[in-house]
Amino acid sequence: MLDLIRNRLRQGMRTLAFPRVPAPELPERFRGRPTRDPGRCPDDCGPCASAAPSGVFVRGPDGRTALDLGACLFSPEEAAACTPGAVGYTRDYRMAVTARGALVTPTGEVALARALDERSRRLFGRSLRLRSVVAGSCGGCEAELVALGNVVFDLARFGVQFVASPRHADGLVVTGAVNANMRGALMKTYEAVPAPKFVLAVGACALSGGPFRGSGEVAGGVPEEIPVDLWVPGCPPHPLTILDGVLRLLGALENGAP
Amino acid sequence: MSRFDELGLRNRRAVPWESVPLEATERFRETVIGAVTDGWRIVSLFGLPDGDDAARLVAILADDARGELGATSTRVGPAYPALTPDCPSANRFEREIAEQCGVVPQGHPWLKPLRRHPPDHAPPARRTGGSPVDREAYPFFQMEGDEVHEVGVGPVHAGIIEPGHFRLQAHGETVLFLEIVLGYQHRGVERLLETLDRGRSVLAAESIAGDSVIGHAGAYCGALEALTRSRKTPRAQTVRGIALELERLANHLGDLGAIAGDVAYAPAAAYLGRLRGECLNLLMTLSGNRYGRGLVRPGGVGFDIPAEMAVEMRDRLQGLRDEVEPVLDLLFGSASVQARLEGVGVVSKVACADGGFVGPVARACEVPRDVRHDHPYGIFRFAHIPVATAWAGDALARALVRRLEIERSLAFAIEQLGALPRGEARVPCGALRPGELAVAMVEGWRGEIVHVVITDASGAVRRHKITDPSFHNWAALALAMAGNEISDFPLCNKSFNLSYAGHDL
Repeated sequence: MLDLIRNRLRQGMRTLAFPRVPAPELPERFRGRPTRDPGRCPDDCGPCASAAPSGVFVRGPDGRTALDLGACLFSPEEAAACTPGAVGYTRDYRMAVTARGALVTPTGEVALARALDERSRRLFGRSLRLRSVVAGSCGGCEAELVALGNVVFDLARFGVQFVASPRHADGLVVTGAVNANMRGALMKTYEAVPAPKFVLAVGACALSGGPFRGSGEVAGGVPEEIPVDLWVPGCPPHPLTILDGVLRLLGALENGAP
Repeated sequence: MSRFDELGLRNRRAVPWESVPLEATERFRETVIGAVTDGWRIVSLFGLPDGDDAARLVAILADDARGELGATSTRVGPAYPALTPDCPSANRFEREIAEQCGVVPQGHPWLKPLRRHPPDHAPPARRTGGSPVDREAYPFFQMEGDEVHEVGVGPVHAGIIEPGHFRLQAHGETVLFLEIVLGYQHRGVERLLETLDRGRSVLAAESIAGDSVIGHAGAYCGALEALTRSRKTPRAQTVRGIALELERLANHLGDLGAIAGDVAYAPAAAYLGRLRGECLNLLMTLSGNRYGRGLVRPGGVGFDIPAEMAVEMRDRLQGLRDEVEPVLDLLFGSASVQARLEGVGVVSKVACADGGFVGPVARACEVPRDVRHDHPYGIFRFAHIPVATAWAGDALARALVRRLEIERSLAFAIEQLGALPRGEARVPCGALRPGELAVAMVEGWRGEIVHVVITDASGAVRRHKITDPSFHNWAALALAMAGNEISDFPLCNKSFNLSYAGHDL
């Protein structure tokens, strides 16, 4: 008993004060939101696109070269594929967005996720129940979803909980590239969630197929039949990236803050 | 003299593909079964197309006591006499061969789909003819009787867990039989590694199992480096060793926390969950990613440890050691925790030998199997980590092995960070030598990770075979559940914590 109390005192309070105060600085080498300097990187980017080990270099809606954060695997090699110094990673963990297209950006800047409408926020703002479906992943994104439940991030303090049945859920969290062997189970689970429902697509696989892009066994992420409300890039996303996205969706964080 | 001396195959030493014996199938069976009877172990057994309508089966065997590897092969048509009836540890490998190559192991007692996918390694002429195992139909084992009932779980689980299907045949609360159906995470990784260029394939290798990034990338690079004769510097080897032990620390701490959570011992669950994160944060300091992505690269490591970082990491690990010890004392000192873990999910030493189980699961039943010790490579040739074992083979023994390994990995990492050798972090890694076979093994935190790579005459990858420790150990979980109560299943499952992605590939 004394040991128990001694340990408790020693462990202290470990939950982040975030979002009341900014999140702690991530280490120098952390590869967060990518950045691109259009001045240094030519707009007719053929060589980079073919040299990069992912689909991160794309042509934006204006026909010019852009980064697709949804296809980015956040590897050192993707930055190295471009002209030296033109593409790199910032330490910014915030990059979850409301529309898939918002992840295609010439500079790496993105319009962060918008809050749900007033009615949805009234319904779910203080209590959101999510169901996790894993469909063709490596297990990395799930490990970070589990980490969100630990005492440091403590997702439950925001009223967000993972539940054991789609019937109890307000929304789904989909991870994985959606492979042939899980597609059916994903669709059934989606249908089993009562409306109105939300879908969160988490990680490069769910957004674009990730490192498995091109395999005949996987699709390029969440299928079009499932409308997605929050897109969270990363391979895997840092827990703060997911937390930031969820809080923005619930209106607990406004654009630009903290 | 051992039976494979002439070949000279070792962990990470490539041999000419032509020197791998090609035996008549009957003789091949005798070689493999004879070696296993003599104490050798099947490390890998797989097929690849050999001509238009034949397949070549390759067996890689290990003599753990002598640190040697052996290989033999045979050419087969649409069917061959199965090894499994005489050699139970071939069971899952032969199911895999049937599914991947479309070859029937005749007389196999349990020929069911393993991952449910089309035969992607079948000889060209037989790629369209359908598989000997039907992807859509899975024949479940079923018991009959008035009081027998069936419980099905998954593939979508109650928590944040990868997909898999478990079917329990139970009498009241007592589980008589557990059947585990996997393949829900199948992404076709082996084909990707055989077809992608090196820039992409290393990223796919890091995504075989997301909690074993360092382990799988290490085995992938080990095979490539053997095939290119690339010589890593001692510094690169040390950085890889430190990262591998950080990965082990993170996962073992997380596992003990999850076990504590499952037996409702909240304090240890909460503390260990956070301490796991501290190890991931150390990997992030080193590599920029919490799971160590971007670190292990052909020819060495993508990130060096500068002197100041070594000091910082060392201080943080020493702090971690001071914190971990009292928490583990708390967990293992609690009588109720011990009582709940004792006798749950027993794997016997005999079952371990038959099944070819690896990692902490094997070490928990007195089988001192550890690649770092038996087939040492890199830093582990110079800095030895004592092998941790326990004897009871139950959930408590698996927890105890993890505890010992946490202590030893901490000691290793702290020591190595204080004595980093000089040298380049990374050296060039050129073209693959044509017509060779290399085996690279790593002791990942779950156990033995094996990558076998065979190159063709042009130096392209002809076959990339991956065996995750979970491939062996899922069978151990099924065995361990028989005779336990249904309510023991989550706890038993946690005490193994196997990878779905690593198995399903």
